[in-house]
Parts: sequence; structure tokens; C-alpha cells
Amino acid sequence: MTTVLETVGLEKRFGGITAANDVSLKVEKGARHALIGPNGAGKTTVVNLLTGVLRPTAGRILLEGRDITDLGAHERVRLGVARTFQINQLFGDLTPLESLGLAVSERMGSGRDWWRLVGSKSGVVEEVMELIERFQLIDVMYERTTILPYGKQRLLEVALAIACRPHVLLLDEPAAGVPETERHEILAAVAALPADVTVLLIEHDMDLVFSFADRISVMVNGTLFVEGAPAEVARDPRVKAVYLGEEAVHA
Amino acid sequence: MPHASIDKAAARLRAQARWRPLEIAFWLAAVASYFLMPSWHLILAEVAILGLFALSLDLLLGYAGIVSLGHAAFFGFGAYVAGLIAKYGLVTEPVLALVVSGIAAALVGFVTSFLVLRGADLTRLMVTLGVALVLREIANRLAITGGADGLQGITIGPIFGVFPFDIAGHTAYVYSLVVLFVLFLLARRIVHSPFGLSLRSIKGNSLRAAAIGIPVNRRLIAVYTIGAAYAGVAGALLTQTTQFASLSVLDFERSADVLLILIIGGTGYLYGGLVGAILFKLMQDWLANLTPQYWMFWIGLILVLIVVIGRERMTGWWLNFAATARELGRRLIGGRRLASSSTQDPR
Repeated sequence: MTTVLETVGLEKRFGGITAANDVSLKVEKGARHALIGPNGAGKTTVVNLLTGVLRPTAGRILLEGRDITDLGAHERVRLGVARTFQINQLFGDLTPLESLGLAVSERMGSGRDWWRLVGSKSGVVEEVMELIERFQLIDVMYERTTILPYGKQRLLEVALAIACRPHVLLLDEPAAGVPETERHEILAAVAALPADVTVLLIEHDMDLVFSFADRISVMVNGTLFVEGAPAEVARDPRVKAVYLGEEAVHA
Repeated sequence: MPHASIDKAAARLRAQARWRPLEIAFWLAAVASYFLMPSWHLILAEVAILGLFALSLDLLLGYAGIVSLGHAAFFGFGAYVAGLIAKYGLVTEPVLALVVSGIAAALVGFVTSFLVLRGADLTRLMVTLGVALVLREIANRLAITGGADGLQGITIGPIFGVFPFDIAGHTAYVYSLVVLFVLFLLARRIVHSPFGLSLRSIKGNSLRAAAIGIPVNRRLIAVYTIGAAYAGVAGALLTQTTQFASLSVLDFERSADVLLILIIGGTGYLYGGLVGAILFKLMQDWLANLTPQYWMFWIGLILVLIVVIGRERMTGWWLNFAATARELGRRLIGGRRLASSSTQDPR
């Protein structure tokens, strides 16, 4: 196994609060790696550090051995790291067709193109339509994103990340807030990702985590706590303590 | 995937760039105005220049979401450059001089864009305001610009060496209108390109824009530079058509007026600046006749009403005036009703 994404002693402080403390995480190529932990453990901070939304106070981030710590968010996307957001970050005034068209154009390097019309470059629309079909957005592709039902917005959230054709995909609670009836669409789309795409999943739903992940890291108070295969993590008394409360251990 | 739906989707993406009948009517009316309103040519040239200036701000505000209270910096810079190169005979042909002035303003835009990138809206308002104030003071102090007396003794040669400017403004109007139309076509092309779409996405959500690989800062620098070039050309047009450049081209009022014009006309559909310029001049003319001293009062009142109606309606409110009036009534009355009902139902 080769390591695709690695952090070395990653640290992020906000004033007096240490949101991530000495986080050294290794994600293997093709892994389905889950990052779990209680609220406020610093999981989203780690995703923000990995994707360049935040700059670390200390530590390095390596992508396929290359130091990407100082690269901007968009440069990391070009190198193959894409993400979804815990709270939808979409383009409200654009349609799903336009949003995905934009993402695909950028990836193909024609985002700077100021002379040609949108959608006139060959291959862009074909790929967008393939994504729209895959993510069940065909009925709403011409609607402004802001008026879409939440479940469709959530699908678009994931579709936008996939449109970047990532090698490493960071999913920040992809199914959060999605009604039970629409969950399977998102989960199916994630499950259908090619095996060589490495996925780092942040999730609270333990059923989902244990059915999806082949590797689990547990984060508590900004620190990586336990890491291992799902079965080991499930057995670990310290993890149970974190989720059930300290009393469980001392009792 | 059936080809029909791919073609349909591609057509839908391109449909936004299609010319609409109302647009064609707008430009035909502009051409007709030359023949039907010969005694108005001086003021129409002014409207065209104002419209181009407002269009340049629309590229920043309406498409990229960059607020500016100092857009006159580029207008003024272009105006002085055009004046200086004409006065000292560096470039005597007006169209070429216009290009030079636009490039000069673009350079200032490019350099100052790095300041504007820092921070959010309030920071941007202050930085743009500050840059304009600094430029104005430089123009005030330098000997070469004529200081408070303005840049005098400018003579503008004939366009292409063939069409001289005349006192009634006939040449000035045709010249301004043609420049406006050409730059409008270019702007129209830009906003409907992938680059233009990426600007709209940055305006909508710059966090996500970066997360799909868009180099947000680079795009903002690019559009700020383009906007500055447009403003510079507008300023240069003013100098060329009036054969004079004064400190007023860099005034704060000019930055405020152009924002006002754009808000009146509506942002984010390119015609807002043009329609706003026409309405602004008409209102200025009409209200100034009605109440010479207080016309700014009416402009201010209208501005407040537009904002009360809401941001959503700021785009193209004039297209549907009746609905807007109804909406305004509903907001004012509805607002009161909401206030009284909230006392009964404290939720």
C-alpha cells in the first residue's frame, strides 16, 4: 500500500484554542478511511487544513510525497484533492447545469477562456450530462440551485466535488440532514466511486461509517486518538469511553 | 445518454448569450436618437460616456461582487492620460489615444487590485475610496496636471485623421456611442464565457469556487483590471469630447454617482449602467428644472425606495414597473401588518 495523503504534526490554533494538535494522519491509496469523533473534535478543521481553506499553525501536508502545505485551495484541487462541505456551499444563482459546467470547464483548463461561450467546448456538456444523470439531477438541471429541495442540493454538493475528478475525495458528513428516503442516492453515488479514488469520510452516523470504511481514525479534542480497522476501533475501550462518557471506563 | 439531451443542455447554456428583441430595440433606439435628436447630441454623448463608466462598474459589482466607492480613480486616470498625451502631442489620433488611456488605467487597476483583494466588502469600500482620494490629491499637487485649474489647452485631432470634433457634439456622440457599443459587445462576450461564469460563481460563493479549482484571486485581479480599463476609456472619452480635464473627474461624487446610476439601472445584466445613465440624466434634467436646488433630494429618495424594494428587484426593476410598485406597497403595508401581528403572537 502506498500513502496518498499524509499529515505530519499538523497543528491549528485559533487564539487560545487548539483545534488540531499534532495530527499525523496517513491515508492509503484507494482507502475508504473514516475520521470520526465527537462534536468539536476538530474533524472539519482537519479537512479545512487539508484543502487549503485554513493554513496550519505548524506541521506539513504531503500529497503523494509532495509538500502541499503552502499551496492555495484551487491548486490542491488541480492536484486532485476535492471536498464536499458539511453545510452546503453551492452557487445559489446558478443552475446545476451551470455549476457543473463550470467545475468541468475549470478542470479541463478552459476556465480562463473569456472569448468562447459557456458550453461550446467539446466534451464539457457530455461530461456534465453524465454527472447530472448519475446524481439524479436531470429534473432540476435548469432550476436555480437556491430553490432546489435539500436532498437535491446535497447531491449537487457531492457531484461538484466528483466533477473535479479527484484522486482524493474528502467527504464532510455527506448525508447530514438528508431525509431517510433520499439518503441511499448519495450513499450509492459515493459507493460507486472508482476503487482507485481515495476517500476520507467524516461522519457521525456509525452505521454508515462501519458499513463504508476499511480504516477508521478517531479524533478527540483536536488530537488523533485511535486508528485501526473498523473491528479494532469498535472494540477499543477508549473509543467507547469517548462516545459513552468517561464513567463507562471508570465504572 | 441520448444525444438530444446533450444538445439541448448545450443549447440551454448558450441561450443566455442570445440577442433578445428588447436588446436589439435598445441599440436601434440609440442609433435613431442620432437622427431624431440632433440638438441633444452633446448631452447624449455625456450619457453614453456615463453609461460606459457604469458598465465598467457593473463588471466588478454585478458580476464579480466587488464593491467600490472609488471607481472614479480609473475614470480620472484615463481622463488625465488622454488629456496629457493630446496636449503634448504624444498620440494625436483619438482612437489610438483612447486605447493608450485604457491600458494606462488598466495598469493602475492591476496594481491596486492587490489591495482590493484583501478583506471583505467594508475593507474594499475603504481601500477603493482611499485609492481615489490619493490619486485626486496627486492630480491636485502635480504641476503637469494643472492642479485645481484643470488641464487646459488640449486640442484633439480628427478621428482617424478624417472626422474632426464639432461644437454641436455630432462627432462626439457618434464616437462615444460606437466606442460604447464595441466595448459593450466585448463585455457581453466576456460575461457569457466560462471566465464570466466563474466570476458569477465567485460572487455567489468564493469558498466553493476555490474548492472546484477556480483561482479566485487571479480571476478577481483580471476583472478588476478589465473594469479599470473600461473606466479609463470612459474618462478618456470625456476628455476628448470636452477637450478639458479637471479634478472633478476624480471626485468622490463621481464614484458615488456611478454607483447610484448602476443601482438605479440594476446590476448584473450589463444594461443596468446604460439604462441608469439615461434615467439619471433625465432625472437630473427634469428634477433640476422642477426644483433647482433640491434635485439631489429626489435622487436620494428614489435610491432609498429602490433599496426598500429589495436587492432581488434591483436587477431590471424598470422592466416591470407596475409589479415593482405593487411590491413596494406590499412591503410598506405588509411590514406594518407584520409589526402589529407580532404583538399578538409573540413567536
